[in-house]
Amino acid sequence: MENEKRLKLLIVDDEEGMRMGVKRALRNHRIEMEDGTKVAFDVVEASSGEEAVSMMEQEPPDIVLLDNKMGGISGIDVLTWINERDLDLMAIMITAYASIETAITATKQGAYDFLPKPFTPAELKVSVRQASEHLLALRQTRALEEEKRRVRFQFISVLAHELKAPLGAIEGYLYLLRDGTGMDDPKVYERVVERSLVRLSGMRKLIYDLLDLTRLESGQKKRELAPTSVIEAARTAIETMTPDADARGIVIDLEAEGEITLEADRGELEIIFNNLISNAVKYNRDNGRVTVRLEETSEEVRIAVADTGIGMTPEEVEKLFGEFVRIKNDRTRNILGSGLGLSIMRKIASLYGGEVSVESAPDQGTTFTVILKKTLE
Amino acid sequence: MADKRQVLIVDDDPDFLEQMDMMFQAGGYATRTAPGRKQAEEILQGFTPEIAVIDLMMENDDDGFILAYRLKRKFPECAVLMVTNVTGETGLEFPRIDDSAGWISADAVFSKPVRFEQLQEQLRKMGKA
Repeated sequence: MENEKRLKLLIVDDEEGMRMGVKRALRNHRIEMEDGTKVAFDVVEASSGEEAVSMMEQEPPDIVLLDNKMGGISGIDVLTWINERDLDLMAIMITAYASIETAITATKQGAYDFLPKPFTPAELKVSVRQASEHLLALRQTRALEEEKRRVRFQFISVLAHELKAPLGAIEGYLYLLRDGTGMDDPKVYERVVERSLVRLSGMRKLIYDLLDLTRLESGQKKRELAPTSVIEAARTAIETMTPDADARGIVIDLEAEGEITLEADRGELEIIFNNLISNAVKYNRDNGRVTVRLEETSEEVRIAVADTGIGMTPEEVEKLFGEFVRIKNDRTRNILGSGLGLSIMRKIASLYGGEVSVESAPDQGTTFTVILKKTLE
Repeated sequence: MADKRQVLIVDDDPDFLEQMDMMFQAGGYATRTAPGRKQAEEILQGFTPEIAVIDLMMENDDDGFILAYRLKRKFPECAVLMVTNVTGETGLEFPRIDDSAGWISADAVFSKPVRFEQLQEQLRKMGKA
């Protein structure tokens, strides 16, 4: 079966009839969980508390049905043993009627449920079903938390790596300056200082991007939604990038018809435009062109920024949508970037129920399109 | 005076490349630099290095390994010094492979930032300073 799980159930009882009954009731029993997962049981048995403990030492079951009154160590003792080892299982106590004290002790020791003797197969199945659901839900939650921790750790590892690279470069230049290596040539001296400053500003950009991203993800950043001119936000970003563009002969065009207003946070719009336009300049060829096109429909605002730059292969485009992903090749080697810009844009777009898409061809250019919905559900 | 020792430096970080280049030149070596494995392999067509300084992770994560391996096969006498930014403290552990099979074709591995003195010390040990 494609979606079947098998749980191991241990029945601990000194009465053979009880063990047989449980086995018979669960042998061909299948439970269907809410998510469609089917659960079946492998039933194993122990006729005493001692035997149960030695079996659990070998391989703990998923569910244990535990009779309390047995010769030798009691069910409660077994429960205590399980508890001390923090085993990942659900224990169901089988108790006689009226032994409320047993029930209370068992609860304290972490029993999940009780089955008062005598019980019917139907009652057994209900109890086992609940224990299974609880167990699987618990395990799923734990797995999700584990995954979250892992992703977070990965993020921090990569971040540390991205910060160490420029630190190492700057440190290396400082050693050269201190030791005077190659410094007889004033051009070399100038270049060493210049490169150090470039790497420092790259580091600063990374830290700012990181702050933007964490603020967006934590929801800490106060959003100030107001009717905002998308064209003005675009113009501001274009002005910011114009010196860099001019230095390389790149022309930035803005194409829009009429005024476009969006209920938006001005800061968020500027982050989007800054990212789109600075990328379009950075990855452009000298004397290239950047076209910022704004379109509006009744439902959405569409921002498309096209460059005439180096472009990307389909494989590179596919890789692009991860955190800290920077396309490494001959032509991007000397371009600085944090690798977080796209993550930030996508995060912001998602706040507007929108998305970011990209089209690209090597040596022809890349177009990033950001869609922002006008009404939020 | 003997000919200058020839050094190949390969790294995709342009600043590291430049610094290594400056240091080796100041140290009296003849250098060639390459920003990636492919360019390095082209250089090796007509250049016999006595020393190679290679970054572990470049365009692909295993470029440094592959280049070191090929270089050692072609020039077994060449001293291969591997440098890397990847260290234990970030959780990106440098793979401590049991090298009995001769997997890593490097004579030494250094963590960035690496000082020229460290490299020189290693080269002295190998009689290549």
